[in-house]
Amino acid sequence: MSLKTSSIIRKVSMALSGLFLVVFLTQHFTINLTSVFSENIFNKISHFMGNNFLVQFILQPILIFGVVFHFIMGFILEYINRKSRDTSYVTFKGSSNSNWMSRNMIYSGIVILSFLGLHFYDFWIPEINYKYVEVLPLDQDRYYQELVHKFESPIRTTIYSVSFVFLALHLYHGFSSSFQSVGFNNKYSSALRLFANGFSIIIPLGFIFIAIFHHLKA
Amino acid sequence: MNLILKVWRQSSRDEKGKIETYPISDISPDMSFLEMMDVLNENLISKGIDPVSFDHDCREGICGMCSMFINGEAHGPDRLVTTCQLHMRKFKDGDTIVIEPFRARAFPVIKDLIVDRSSFDRIQQAGGFVSVNTSGNTQDANAIPIDKHDADKAFDAATCIGCGACVASCKNASAMLFVSAKVSQYSLLPQGKVEATDRVLNMVNQMDEEGFGNCTNTGACEIECPKGISLENIARLNREYLAASIKD
Repeated sequence: MSLKTSSIIRKVSMALSGLFLVVFLTQHFTINLTSVFSENIFNKISHFMGNNFLVQFILQPILIFGVVFHFIMGFILEYINRKSRDTSYVTFKGSSNSNWMSRNMIYSGIVILSFLGLHFYDFWIPEINYKYVEVLPLDQDRYYQELVHKFESPIRTTIYSVSFVFLALHLYHGFSSSFQSVGFNNKYSSALRLFANGFSIIIPLGFIFIAIFHHLKA
Repeated sequence: MNLILKVWRQSSRDEKGKIETYPISDISPDMSFLEMMDVLNENLISKGIDPVSFDHDCREGICGMCSMFINGEAHGPDRLVTTCQLHMRKFKDGDTIVIEPFRARAFPVIKDLIVDRSSFDRIQQAGGFVSVNTSGNTQDANAIPIDKHDADKAFDAATCIGCGACVASCKNASAMLFVSAKVSQYSLLPQGKVEATDRVLNMVNQMDEEGFGNCTNTGACEIECPKGISLENIARLNREYLAASIKD
């Protein structure tokens, strides 16, 4: 076996890390959605996720690796691709043969990466501070209030909503395209593309709904 | 028809190029694009100006030599045609037409609209063939039963004329559609399976060495391909490459 670095290996690794992040996004959305229906259930799940050894010390590092790998590989691909055409066209009509999302993954990706910075600042860093720096006592009822408090700000709610629009644009090309990258293109591909495109719109819309719901409720 | 042509002029590989503007008149809508270029060159020669160099050969959509990037698209605005099959009726009287060479680091400009596509030849030489014993007792290909479905797909892949429109249209200058067509046309047939592992590894390796970009599945190559080579071939190439990498 000689899985050396090649354009196809880079492409497949990008697709697999993307699919892994889609799975994470699904579970994140499912947990967040419970906050709309039940404060108690949201608190219980959040407490479990925040204190379970497997989640905290096995899955979380894998997730961080997946995110970092995906964006670093994205930048590497972009650099190689830009280098492969040293003189630009005077006229290039990309819109005649491909959609905007597929041609601008780097830009939607950069917006999502910036959003992740804000998201870490809002939730992950305070959580690490609470548990491991200040070592405050366990309180399994704090999560819902922390969430609602964050969405009191109309600016933050707007930034989150706009970021989710870019997430939708990124997913719209990335999710269905990842199946092509791993070599899956057959009679089921149309149905799979329909599912992936539906997912790409519904999940980010759901995140926007949750953010606005808590902002209006606060 | 009267037109304004904006043509890329570059005297050699090492010289810097630029767009020159040439008005042209009395163009018949029934002319092919290359015939219009012939008229332009006659006009330029009569004025003592160096004619525009451009690639062409069969002028019937088979050889893949004509390689122009017309108004932002490889082979112009029409679909499933090469530049020689593009007719002037696709344009309107008074139009401005921007004509550039195919652009990619692996396709350096030789002169004006002519680019060096020998990188495709080197990819083909790296594995795009079947080693056949030609000692005189070669088995007749028709004697080997082949599933009609596979035969059709292999034939479709084999229609690739290696024109380079896929590279020119791709925002990443990726050659994956070309390589996938050349790999698929053999890997689908029993004659090609013997050397399948080495073929795909060597051809992809050569493609990367030539400096083509990475495929990001925009699908532009499939739309602009004059022979309609399907993206399905790229998925097959990915599968073949992964399987070959594990086997090797």
